Amino acid sequence: MASPSSRRTGFSKKAQYSVFTGYVFAGLGALLGLALLILSLWQPSSLAPLRGAAQDVTAPAGTATAVVRKNSTNWWDYLSGYFEAADQNAALRKEVELARVKLAEAEALEQENERLRALVALAGSEIEPVAVARLIGSSASSSRRFAVVNAGREDGIEVGMPVRSPRGVVGRILEVARNSSRVLLLTDSESIVPVRRTSDSTVAFAEGRGDGLLRIRLINLGVNPFEKGDVFVTSGAGGYYRPGVAVAVMSEVLPDGGLAQLIANPAEADTVSVEPIYEPEAVAASQIPLEQPLSDELLSDEPQVAPPPGGAPDASENE
Amino acid sequence: MARLSPISRPDRYAQRINREQSPWRALTVPYVSIMLASFIPAVFLASVMPIFPPLGFVMLVAWRVMRPGLLPMWVGVPLGAFDDLFSGQPFGSAILLWSITMIVLEAMEGRFPWRGFWQDWFAASLAIISYVLFAIVVSGATTTPFHVFAAVPQIIFSVLFYPVLARMVAQLDRFRLARTRRVG
Repeated sequence: MASPSSRRTGFSKKAQYSVFTGYVFAGLGALLGLALLILSLWQPSSLAPLRGAAQDVTAPAGTATAVVRKNSTNWWDYLSGYFEAADQNAALRKEVELARVKLAEAEALEQENERLRALVALAGSEIEPVAVARLIGSSASSSRRFAVVNAGREDGIEVGMPVRSPRGVVGRILEVARNSSRVLLLTDSESIVPVRRTSDSTVAFAEGRGDGLLRIRLINLGVNPFEKGDVFVTSGAGGYYRPGVAVAVMSEVLPDGGLAQLIANPAEADTVSVEPIYEPEAVAASQIPLEQPLSDELLSDEPQVAPPPGGAPDASENE
Repeated sequence: MARLSPISRPDRYAQRINREQSPWRALTVPYVSIMLASFIPAVFLASVMPIFPPLGFVMLVAWRVMRPGLLPMWVGVPLGAFDDLFSGQPFGSAILLWSITMIVLEAMEGRFPWRGFWQDWFAASLAIISYVLFAIVVSGATTTPFHVFAAVPQIIFSVLFYPVLARMVAQLDRFRLARTRRVG
């Protein structure tokens, strides 16, 4: 079938001109898009308020689907539970026995920990979350990995704050709107988290790769000590994430590190908590250009993003 | 009357007494459906890789292919801007890519006016594949082969989903042009 005859211009000057104008307008639109694209790549924060306002308006819809998602995943677990019940029961029994022993050991360790803390006069390092929120959406059709949480400026959230689920790190706040904010997930290819191996504190960087895996890169190059199954937690370097939160499990070893899988899959998290930046001084110091010498005035000029949590080392250590 | 002479009512959509097309509906349905399709992927949680087809774009292409001339050529600007608010791409990427798509599809149609299901699907698939790949390039992250690998399931799903969406657009088009009651 050919396209409708009304769309053929024939000898009508008027029709020809209107087709030509269509091309001109579309071309101008493409140029406008290109200009906006360059602007938003060059100054990502310039057009963020637009997106933030749209997020705020649609947050209720996202919250509703988040509730549905939670219920539907529960439903699936419920159904599949019937088929795995017996095996799972046996396995869980074994695990509980082991866990009881470990728990007793952990309690002893905790007591010892408290005693040592009292000895060096450190305050308890419990960090109160700034907000507890739901993940209400994500960039599901884009190659970037962002999520949206339904808490924003009004809940005290600020850019850079770490976001975690009960299982581990989810990401970091990237843009804040009035009552929603955008999270850069760990799997995004622009996300880098300093991590260490739990068993011996070998430090590394965990970078998102864009395809769901994290690339673990050793900081000290040499013989690669990693093995499959190693667990990585945040090291606290960089100042954003507090140390000791689970990040990833190594799944494949490469010459200079390896590939790891996320521990806290945001899609499985019911709620996430947004925590204050671990060491705002360190973050502020890292944003001062290398040519400038570090001084107290410079650091205090930077907006204090959050009060330093108890137990954070003194700022003078970073100088 | 229709029973007496079938040609007096050539189709189901023509006017009758107190029954005619609603101009409101006829003008808004394509735009509303495309905007809704742009918004839908944003409420799903894809934390690992892009799983959702770029629904807004596929919808735009479906409307463009099913009903050439219905959407003006510059429609990529407003609809693309709306898509950019929710897609997670840097603002302006959909404005640029959707406008270019409209121009290319228009030029292609002038060149090859013959159309059918398979050609439509083929053209739409080409548009979708190139859109997804170009969207990776302008996403603001350094493009690596991993991004492209991660997009393969999304591309396959989008291409297979196009005929379904084209049927849905056809249904929407019937709804758009259906006679509605008009009192007064």
